Amino acid sequence: MMRPTDYTIAEGLRALDKREISSVELTGAYVKAIEAHNPRLNAYITVTAETAMEAARASDARRAKGEVGALEGIPLGIKDLFCTEGTRTTAGSKILGEFVPPYESTVSGNLKRDGAVFLGKLNLDEFAMGSSNTTSAFGPVENPWSRANDPAKRLVPGGSSGGSAAAVAARLAMGATATDTGGSIRQPAAFCGIAGIKPTYGRCSRWGIVAFASSLDQAGPVARNVEDCAILLRSMAGFDPKDSTSADRPVPDFAAACTRSVKGLRIGVPAEYTMPGLAPEIEALWQQGLDWLRDAGAEIVPISLPHTKYALPTYYVVAPAEASSNLARYDGVRYGLRVTERDSDLRDLYERTRAAGFGAEVRRRIMIGTYVLSHGYYDAYYLKAQKVRALIARDFTQAWEKVDAIVTPATPTSAFPMDERQDDPVTMYLNDVFTVPANLAGLPGLAVPAGLDGQGLPLGLQVIGKAFDEETVFAVGAALERAANFTAKPQVMA
Amino acid sequence: MSLDAAAVRRVANLARLRLDEPEVQKLQAEINGILGWIEQLQAVNTDGVEPMAGGSPVAVALPWRKDAVTDGGQADAVLRNAPDREGEYFGVPKVVE
Repeated sequence: MMRPTDYTIAEGLRALDKREISSVELTGAYVKAIEAHNPRLNAYITVTAETAMEAARASDARRAKGEVGALEGIPLGIKDLFCTEGTRTTAGSKILGEFVPPYESTVSGNLKRDGAVFLGKLNLDEFAMGSSNTTSAFGPVENPWSRANDPAKRLVPGGSSGGSAAAVAARLAMGATATDTGGSIRQPAAFCGIAGIKPTYGRCSRWGIVAFASSLDQAGPVARNVEDCAILLRSMAGFDPKDSTSADRPVPDFAAACTRSVKGLRIGVPAEYTMPGLAPEIEALWQQGLDWLRDAGAEIVPISLPHTKYALPTYYVVAPAEASSNLARYDGVRYGLRVTERDSDLRDLYERTRAAGFGAEVRRRIMIGTYVLSHGYYDAYYLKAQKVRALIARDFTQAWEKVDAIVTPATPTSAFPMDERQDDPVTMYLNDVFTVPANLAGLPGLAVPAGLDGQGLPLGLQVIGKAFDEETVFAVGAALERAANFTAKPQVMA
Repeated sequence: MSLDAAAVRRVANLARLRLDEPEVQKLQAEINGILGWIEQLQAVNTDGVEPMAGGSPVAVALPWRKDAVTDGGQADAVLRNAPDREGEYFGVPKVVE
């Protein structure tokens, strides 16, 4: 007997179409699943059960009239970085207080337009800054997976989209929105055994998404499999005049690309991604993935991306610089938290509000960003990093002369315990070593669950593609998924 | 390049972050750790390289829109989340004596 939470999005859409299930039944099952498991996982910051049920009823009514959107009746979770009209949006920070946006982000609006039902707002690292979802002002998220030999040890879901990935893996949502500035979609997807894609920069509008680093931020979906990601991305993407960096290009049928053959495709393997600290099991899985693609008719081509080792330090100049500028808007005047003393002047109001409202990681990045942009240091740090970024992007441009897509591990390790790696920021930053280059170059990257490590934890592979060629990325990702036949399930699941 | 405590206070001042003394010490150590790690970028030869501004992987011209009013007249929506307001204005402490 199929339970409502067993359906993938593609299966759910077919079942809704055949009237085997209603959106009210589907959404009701997810509301129950959230009630049962969210107290432990803390994946949702805000659950909008009542409005979800109302939206599900409205969706069923539309369907009865023959008005059927591309995601009609599908219950989704929304990362709490997307502004949602009338529903509190926190960015995982205290500084936004009880902020209730009077507008809807373009991406979440696109999903609504297509008939999706919103279950609530998903937890994240504060302002999407983190790789463990432990920096949220609303508490950490727990990974629904645990180690076979140490099931009591609570693991991180990855970050920053840790709530999105944990909710989808534990079946507290059919799919979810996420954002990725340095790996925040792909790393948590890999840690939670699900799929997630960061599309090409400009594919999704950034309008109404709380800004972290504007030249790196991109929205994308996480879902149970590659096809579901393709279905969600098609709805999320598209030109938006309200975001001047949004790309004025047609949105292809990404789901159709998932069935394309990879025969004859040239798959690049960058020599520089074999690095010290890479878990041997992940290296073995990477080789296995390449073998699967070779068996499917692809050609494996060794390539070089010589500036790879500079991607992380480049990122940790560019991203904090842009963050310090973007986060200047939190001033305690126009929205969010305000902290004053009786005799506070305006400057004291700013300083007290920002000190009380931002958490430690955000303060640290604002400090770094302010420093690298400050007089006398701009050229040495920021301008230098932008030049190295150009070289990293050029490495990829040169690689595309030889290959159609690149396959790498998604992360250097599997999910780690909540109480580890918190002391040294640089150690935490190493989580994103395989994902950051695609952000710097603006390229699409997809994480696909491909196997388990010796402790029974999921491991993912990453497919990086050419600019605006998500279709090839989906084709390669779907081929890996078919070969891997990843059917393992987390210990905590509805 | 390494920051002393005075430099940390100066940067915090620019960023409008109030720091207490133990926090200055902690941030000084963390920031110097991160800056030391970032220092490796100086080893890259970037002679003649145009800095990459913006995130687009393809060359795009920034679009222009018509120079016209497209929105406005929504003072209530704009002020709805204000921590303090007076009529149609944001409330702030006295700025000019």
